[in-house]
Amino acid sequence: MTELKGWNRDQMAARAAEELQDGWYVNLGIGIPTLVANYVGDKDITLQSENGMLGMGPFPFEGDEDPDLINAGKQTITELKRTAYFDSATSFGMIRGGKIAAAILGAMEVAENGDLANWMIPGKLVKGMGGAMDLVAGVGRVIVVMDHTNKHGESKVLKSCTLPLTGQGVVNRIITNLGVLDVVEGGLRIVACADGVTEDELRAATEATIV
Amino acid sequence: MKKVYGSASEALDGLLFDGMFIAAGGFGLCGIPELLLSAIKEAGTKDLTFASNNAGVDDFGIGILLQTRQVKKMISSYVGENAEFMRQYLSGELELEFNPQGTLAERMRAGGCGIPGFYTKTGVGTVIAEGKEHKDFNGQTYILEEGIVADLSIVKAWKADETGNLVFRKTARNFNPPAAMCGKTCVVEVEEIVPTGSLDPDHIHLPGIYVHRIIQGAHENRIEKRTTRQREDA
Repeated sequence: MTELKGWNRDQMAARAAEELQDGWYVNLGIGIPTLVANYVGDKDITLQSENGMLGMGPFPFEGDEDPDLINAGKQTITELKRTAYFDSATSFGMIRGGKIAAAILGAMEVAENGDLANWMIPGKLVKGMGGAMDLVAGVGRVIVVMDHTNKHGESKVLKSCTLPLTGQGVVNRIITNLGVLDVVEGGLRIVACADGVTEDELRAATEATIV
Repeated sequence: MKKVYGSASEALDGLLFDGMFIAAGGFGLCGIPELLLSAIKEAGTKDLTFASNNAGVDDFGIGILLQTRQVKKMISSYVGENAEFMRQYLSGELELEFNPQGTLAERMRAGGCGIPGFYTKTGVGTVIAEGKEHKDFNGQTYILEEGIVADLSIVKAWKADETGNLVFRKTARNFNPPAAMCGKTCVVEVEEIVPTGSLDPDHIHLPGIYVHRIIQGAHENRIEKRTTRQREDA
């Protein structure tokens, strides 16, 4: 497989940050999505952590860790002036209720109809879906950030998912190392190609129908 | 009525029985009822079903009850941090029911509020929806999830007054209020019991109506994933 150029992890995160609008309340998943917080610039973005916090701050300085203050990935974090805490039922009430404008999360597979698989590989150790099913079903906009292909070079952007679903028809936009695609009627639409990637290369690396 | 007890074992006296269903607060190792879990280990109560978002780690949280084979079934959203859990699950010794995290929280809240079931979009089109009633509202499909009512709730709060009004601290609140609400009896461990009247009534997170027994104790409050950033000065 020939190595395509394109975006690295930070560039993907920076591109994802462009999706966020001033004033939005947003939930960021684990991995590359976490890096998105570094690129929001001057926009007024409030981060939700689904274990019960709005206004999530950065990691603490060494010595300032508080066992009562963690994010949904169980990492120690800090609060901000705007921070509010609440219980898990309230937290998922705001998620289910559509109050969170967007979730940015990773994926194992995305299909052209917006199906998302990111929690379970049959035959492998299953740790659980955590809050992922609630988030993708509830938030205003679901943005997936992931590598375009798996480690075998096979497309993760598929006609239909092969893995058990996290949500059905839930994805709005896909940002990969090769470009940006939207889920539209009949398949995916190319929004942008990553640096140094041609539209033909993006199409060739994508199993899903591109319209 | 006196709600304050001297120790975790005293507070659980008469409440434990084999095969019972316990709802536990906590997220990861944050805000878990560590003293009450230790007391349940000591009591040796068996065949327990736990509704708890996570299963602790091998030597802390619900993990200590897995080591002694006291747990029959877990209802959880994420159990990835516990090797003994995985061993028992894969060998078929332990039953596991995955619930999406928000569904689990709402099942507890609903159970405590007298709501036997609710419809949610979460899980539609996934394995979670299999065998559940589907119903359309305004052109969207939802599935029916049932409220949880547990025999016992075990909960960790930061402060309580002597009537059981509770205040939680930061993200240690998490599943504790919904878990507290859904139990027929609720036992709470806190870092400090303060005199009734010293908490601002406007700042109570969970009113004492949900709380039957309270203990104060020293907590380890273990950190699961210590993450820090560099100081840029100096």
